[in-house]
Amino acid sequence: MADIRPSASIEAVESGLAAQGYIASRQIATAVYLAQQIEKPILVEGPAGVGKTELAKAIAAWRGMKMIRLQCYEGLDEAKALYEWKYAKQLLYTQILKDKLGEVLGGAPTLEAALNQLHDFGDVFFSKEFVEPRPLLQALEQPAGCVLLIDEIDKSDAEFESLLLEILSDFQVTIPELGTVVAVAPPTVILTSNSERDLGDALKRRCLHLHIGFPEQKLEERIVESRVPGISQTLRKQMVGFIHEVRTLDLKKLPSVSETIDWARVLVLLQAPELGHEMVKDTLNVLLKYEADIEATMPQVSTFIAKASRQNVFG
Amino acid sequence: MRENLHRFFRAARGAGVRLSPAESIDAMRAVSKVGFADRTVLRDTFLLTLAKTQDEKKALGDCFDLFFDQPEPQSPPEDSKANQEDQSGSSPSSDSSDDASGGGEQAEGLGQLAQMLLAQDRNQISAAIANAASAASLSDIRYFTQRGIFSGRILDRMGIERLRDDLDNLAEANPALAERLTNALDGLRGTVRDTVSQALMLYGREEAENLRNEILRNAPLSRIEPRQVEQMRHLIRQIARRLRERYSKPRKRQRRGHLDVRRTIRRNAAWGGVPFLTAWKRRHRDRPKIVALCDVSGSVARVSDFFLLLIHSLHEVVDDVRSFAFSGHLIEVSDILESKSPEEAMAEIMSKVGFGSSDYGNSFDDFEHGWMSAITPQTTVIVLGDARSNNLDPRADILRRIAERSKRVVWLNPEGRMAWGWGDSEMPRYSTFCTVVRQCATAKQLERAVSDIVASYQ
Repeated sequence: MADIRPSASIEAVESGLAAQGYIASRQIATAVYLAQQIEKPILVEGPAGVGKTELAKAIAAWRGMKMIRLQCYEGLDEAKALYEWKYAKQLLYTQILKDKLGEVLGGAPTLEAALNQLHDFGDVFFSKEFVEPRPLLQALEQPAGCVLLIDEIDKSDAEFESLLLEILSDFQVTIPELGTVVAVAPPTVILTSNSERDLGDALKRRCLHLHIGFPEQKLEERIVESRVPGISQTLRKQMVGFIHEVRTLDLKKLPSVSETIDWARVLVLLQAPELGHEMVKDTLNVLLKYEADIEATMPQVSTFIAKASRQNVFG
Repeated sequence: MRENLHRFFRAARGAGVRLSPAESIDAMRAVSKVGFADRTVLRDTFLLTLAKTQDEKKALGDCFDLFFDQPEPQSPPEDSKANQEDQSGSSPSSDSSDDASGGGEQAEGLGQLAQMLLAQDRNQISAAIANAASAASLSDIRYFTQRGIFSGRILDRMGIERLRDDLDNLAEANPALAERLTNALDGLRGTVRDTVSQALMLYGREEAENLRNEILRNAPLSRIEPRQVEQMRHLIRQIARRLRERYSKPRKRQRRGHLDVRRTIRRNAAWGGVPFLTAWKRRHRDRPKIVALCDVSGSVARVSDFFLLLIHSLHEVVDDVRSFAFSGHLIEVSDILESKSPEEAMAEIMSKVGFGSSDYGNSFDDFEHGWMSAITPQTTVIVLGDARSNNLDPRADILRRIAERSKRVVWLNPEGRMAWGWGDSEMPRYSTFCTVVRQCATAKQLERAVSDIVASYQ
């Protein structure tokens, strides 16, 4: 369903995203709603695996728009993000057109006249034909609008940020030789960051600032429900409760939503009726990514399972 | 409502959220889309548009709760003036209606405030307070010393003069009523005081913070009270962040330099000189080299925390820093500083070499034997310490050799110049080999010293 018009209400955003399997908290829905209403990019921060990138995908799928993704890394520059001149094509054309040049200039009696004639042709080689659009420019050129995902902006260099500023505030880009390219339809821009580096104020000011943390228990259960349909309600409650207990530990890398979903899938695959001690021990490596974290969690497993099931009874 | 929004923005600034006009415009645009009806949505909207970090979100959220917890002024500010005249002047016409609400027949002939208090209509009272507060422009409050003034102003506006007269009159005629009124007045004073305190929390925090920071910046590091240490750390981290923002950019600029014509032509000889492959000149730049030696002995224990914090940030700003810590002997701490958070790193360093009695000679000796090769003619050596060597051999000769090998030696001393050379201070002896010697006792001096060092590389 292509729907370019901004959605009518926060609830509409919520249900729209839910239809794509993305269960958004009210805050996320508000952000998406506002981003459409006042045409601002959203800067999404939060730990890895809580669904920052997924959000962009869900928006694109829901609104039936193309998603253009720019993965940031150290050393990313204009040529890779915005546009580049097709040097090889330019050179090839010069070679081919060399002969033509003789014909054009053949009538000129003096060198000066030839030069003047040459000036009249203008800068053919710095025209749209020779521009290779990269993700950012592509995003501006989409006639039906698009979702532009600038992933892990904190991985890029500080000066790359300044390059983005024009796009983020005015949805346009200035190419010195060509002039300004304005977006056909303003793209929905999502920037994600793991806060590896503090972003500049100028960038932050241009964006809505959304922080996605670990979801609340109820919300996470709904996320699992939507992502892993085959899972029983008891198991779902138990495993989400268990994960919430694990998150209270001081670990190197806390399990996030993507790990929750992976684990749920594994448990369904193993046809676990409910959370058992052995089962958890065997599959803990799905949830935790460091040996030290697994070791730290191991002794607590029984207590956590007990707590999670107790919660189940009362909650 | 507009007025209210502006007041909220002011309160948010007070809560430490940096708001530019652009952001408040965004917020207003956003609010116009979502409306005021749903308070949680309104809260989310402000958090999304105004706050730029997690900390700011928390501060703003608290501020929002505090702000919208207040009763809103019932009538717009323009009308409030008329209201006050009503309230302060005894207007018999309006009295009649109030009487019915429960003041009783004794209340006759009393001012409006007295009647209101006796009627004990909470809504009416809080509305009156809110009106008086906005008429007294309570949102201008900045310092805690202004609390009394604003309380007084609000009470004045509410007609406390008239109430006093009433009390005097009643004291003879109806002591029981007078007592009730006195109690009610005490209650009112309390409520007004709370309102003012709340306003101070909303609007005055920024000023208070600035003032406190300014005092902290200039306070001697060695005499910081324990409860201020956390604030001081915060301040130093701010300094470090500023340093990083100011200096880390140019370090990475221009990785790719100009086109190297000669190499390009040579490289493309195979294609008849058509340059398919380009070659670029790489900008050559000596990497900044800093070697920091930090005294963490007992005599500078209180300052060394801040020294380490700054060295930690130095590691974040400059590429090639090696750090060493010493008291009785010296160890390299670069890895610790690079891999751990400031707090963890400091705890580990202090547990390894901290708090001992300092022995500069021995520590320099350790350095010469272990790491002298780390020093090249491009290196700046920073020594942070008070140069008090417990009357042990200062080994100034080693510092001389360090100075000869390096580009320059900067000594930052937390003691005042007056103390140099007195007691076991070896500062005069060391300073002959130092390029720069600086007193570095306050956060401000520390900031300037480090900023100078880093700037000289840019």
